[in-house]
Amino acid sequence: MSETPEAAGPLVPAVPTSSPAAGRVLPPDAAEASPAGPGDGRERPRLGRLLIESIVEGNSIVVTILAIVVAIVVGGLLIAFTDPVVLHVWGSFFAEPGTAIATAWDSAFGAYNAMFQGSIFNPHTVAAIFQQKSLGVAFSDGTVSQVFNPISETAVNATPLILAGLAVALAFRAGLFNIGAQSQFIGGALVCTYLGFGVSLPPVIHTVVCVLGAFVGGAVIGWLTGLLKATTGAHEVIVTIMLNYVLADFLSWILGTSAMQRPGRSDLISPLIASDAHLPLLLGSHLRVNAGFLLALACAVGVWWLLTRSTVGFEFRSVGANASASRSAGMSVSRTWILVMLISGGLAGLAASTVIQGTDFTLTFQSYGTYGIDAITVALLGRARPLGVVLAALLFGALHAGGIAMQASTSTPETITTVIQSLVVLFVAAPPLIRGLFRMHKATGRDAGQSLAKGWNG
Amino acid sequence: MTALVVPTGLRTRIDRQLVAASAFVLFGLIDIVGFGLYAKHGDAQFAFSQEFAKVTVPNLGLPAAATAYVCGAISIAAGLLRVFVPVGAVVRRVSIGVVLFAFVLALLCWADVGQSSPLSVINLLQGTLEASIPLILGALAGCLCERSGVINIAIEGQLLLGAFAAAIAASFFGALWLGLVVGSLAGALLAALLAVFAIRYLVDQVVLGVVLNVFAAGLTGFLYDRALVPYQNTLNSPSTYLPVKIPLLGDIPIIGPVLFDSTVFLYITYVLLILVQVGLFSTRWGLRVRAVGEHPMAADTVGIRVLGTRYGSVLLGGLVAGIGGAYLTIGSAGNFSPNISSGMGYIALAALIFGRWTPLGALAAALLFGFTTELQSVLSTINVPIPSDILLMAPYVATIIAVAGLVGRVRAPAADGKPYIVS
Repeated sequence: MSETPEAAGPLVPAVPTSSPAAGRVLPPDAAEASPAGPGDGRERPRLGRLLIESIVEGNSIVVTILAIVVAIVVGGLLIAFTDPVVLHVWGSFFAEPGTAIATAWDSAFGAYNAMFQGSIFNPHTVAAIFQQKSLGVAFSDGTVSQVFNPISETAVNATPLILAGLAVALAFRAGLFNIGAQSQFIGGALVCTYLGFGVSLPPVIHTVVCVLGAFVGGAVIGWLTGLLKATTGAHEVIVTIMLNYVLADFLSWILGTSAMQRPGRSDLISPLIASDAHLPLLLGSHLRVNAGFLLALACAVGVWWLLTRSTVGFEFRSVGANASASRSAGMSVSRTWILVMLISGGLAGLAASTVIQGTDFTLTFQSYGTYGIDAITVALLGRARPLGVVLAALLFGALHAGGIAMQASTSTPETITTVIQSLVVLFVAAPPLIRGLFRMHKATGRDAGQSLAKGWNG
Repeated sequence: MTALVVPTGLRTRIDRQLVAASAFVLFGLIDIVGFGLYAKHGDAQFAFSQEFAKVTVPNLGLPAAATAYVCGAISIAAGLLRVFVPVGAVVRRVSIGVVLFAFVLALLCWADVGQSSPLSVINLLQGTLEASIPLILGALAGCLCERSGVINIAIEGQLLLGAFAAAIAASFFGALWLGLVVGSLAGALLAALLAVFAIRYLVDQVVLGVVLNVFAAGLTGFLYDRALVPYQNTLNSPSTYLPVKIPLLGDIPIIGPVLFDSTVFLYITYVLLILVQVGLFSTRWGLRVRAVGEHPMAADTVGIRVLGTRYGSVLLGGLVAGIGGAYLTIGSAGNFSPNISSGMGYIALAALIFGRWTPLGALAAALLFGFTTELQSVLSTINVPIPSDILLMAPYVATIIAVAGLVGRVRAPAADGKPYIVS
């Protein structure tokens, strides 16, 4: 209730340009912040103050970047001090403190370096080109493509996150907390997959029909939530959580029936969708990046336009800022809620389309993964703004892509990315904490009023 | 509330009444058409005592089709009553209970006809209580927290962290009671994070809860991969609590085996339930907690420490939820596996709202969820021709219907989710 569109307006979307920095800059802090370096505590505030005086005072961009830094440092500590090798060396810390710190540093740096190589750039791939006979061979056998594979994987991982994140962000702007991106994803995935293998259409048309089907499938589920809220006052948080379970159970049921199960299989998996329905690849057959990424970016622009340039979008934001004032001003709050949830659900459905038609080409009982919750973290980190959502999704996409590569090449489990992800959002959501940590002095009322979701009575 | 709002409110009330009534009639029709017409010929047998019980109760046999028809008729009558006769809140709640009971009875009769052995009502109820323990404790945690004005969506994370810590502690030290204590403390640890970020740093509490759940899932998942998998034997193989029969009370037919022959967790749940109910509604401390949750400024004016009270309640809630988490590992599963809480925290949250932020209401809702979970597993063992996934959906669909239509507009504590800032 407290914030107005104006108050929310000037917040510049966070610019987490630092995803490459993940592997580079941070591990020093990880090692330094360990108990070995007590002197650092005094160094930091001065650095922090300099930072503040040079840039504006602790604005949201600075806070976001620092939050990412802190999360990565904490993640590094966690990686280092759960590593059996490190723990073994630290057992005899006082005998060889230098070795102990170096081992901890190597553990954290090794993990982050692998993550960086899996998500941004891997120097070995460039070296591989020169081992080919000629550049022509390197192009044709995919060695050149390998150089861009990490970036491609980041984009592929970010694509559904952008769309699902937009879904949650759009609902946030209208004062609704959509925890149900998972159910809407499943709704979209079901329609999309069914159209993908069940009907035969000419190439381009088939792709478009499946994408639209995914939008409709997600939109129906979202619409149901909005309708229940508007007509009966059922709180959308509860309804969306429950729909997540209902749809997940429905999915695992229908995948076991003759309607959706792949013939000849006993596990829960759908037939492959027709190749006509695939989203076209963007950079050749060796890289997975596909038109879904462009679709996601286009949707981000669309949502930006909707929110800032259209009457409907103004109503969304107005209802989100103050529903009773909007009602008094003659807007239909019920209609707005239903429409917002419909579009929001549709966007989450599109996320399913990019997964089914872009990378997986089939539907399993766990295709929905953790997109529902990831979408919330993306929307929060992106401060419910389209550009912010895109950047946040790219960051988390890079974390995912890098995490998989890291697990393959080091002993660090991929699940660390979830921890880092939640820490980033936690710290971003608490600017006073970050300011306190870096001794920044700026306390505006905005910190308190930056409420995105409404409580039970809201 | 201005005059402008009234039309919507009125419409909402009528809509809700219609939703409730049509749900009743729908249940009735399912009773009659689904379970009555398609019933196999014969009696459904229900057993009320266990083997080797000192006092036995005879089995009950009910004609399946006739029972279903009667149940359906009662439900439809209740639905029609709801449309045409204005009734009070008590009658409304009783009617919900009656319709649900009729539905379950018809379902059980339909499923049980022609089975070789009678359906054990004792086992069904025992399983219900077992399945409800984490839900009840989670909902109690939420109740303590939200009554003081802090929204607690992090119940799921508290259960998960409690389960994780309990498994490790019990396994490492070889003492179950240590697992219980450490699990409880782990729940409080996450609650402390919730409290500090919500009260000190004024983070949006709904958002915060979801983020803490992700954090708990990520942290336990990571540590599981890193430590519990390689050191399975030392860190993740606790023993489990065994059932303890309470002398005398445990020998009462039907009630005894259900209520007084279980693990220590059920008894802890009884105690906590009573403590929270009495504490919140009959003590000076409870009055303060509720005052802080309803109108913090007024409470502050009369000298109640608002923030201190909130910290205390949130931490207490964390301790309670941690016990619920410990139940998952050292009370039932026997070891920790990633995401072992599997959404129970969210169900507990729904139970809390369903139960209108009261311990007893939450108990009723949690039992309902526990019952459907148990019913699903019982029905899947007697080969009912309903897919188990569809049965699994039932509690969630029931919650949606309940939140949308049956319960009516619930009212959270007035200051729930609003940080208190002294300006």
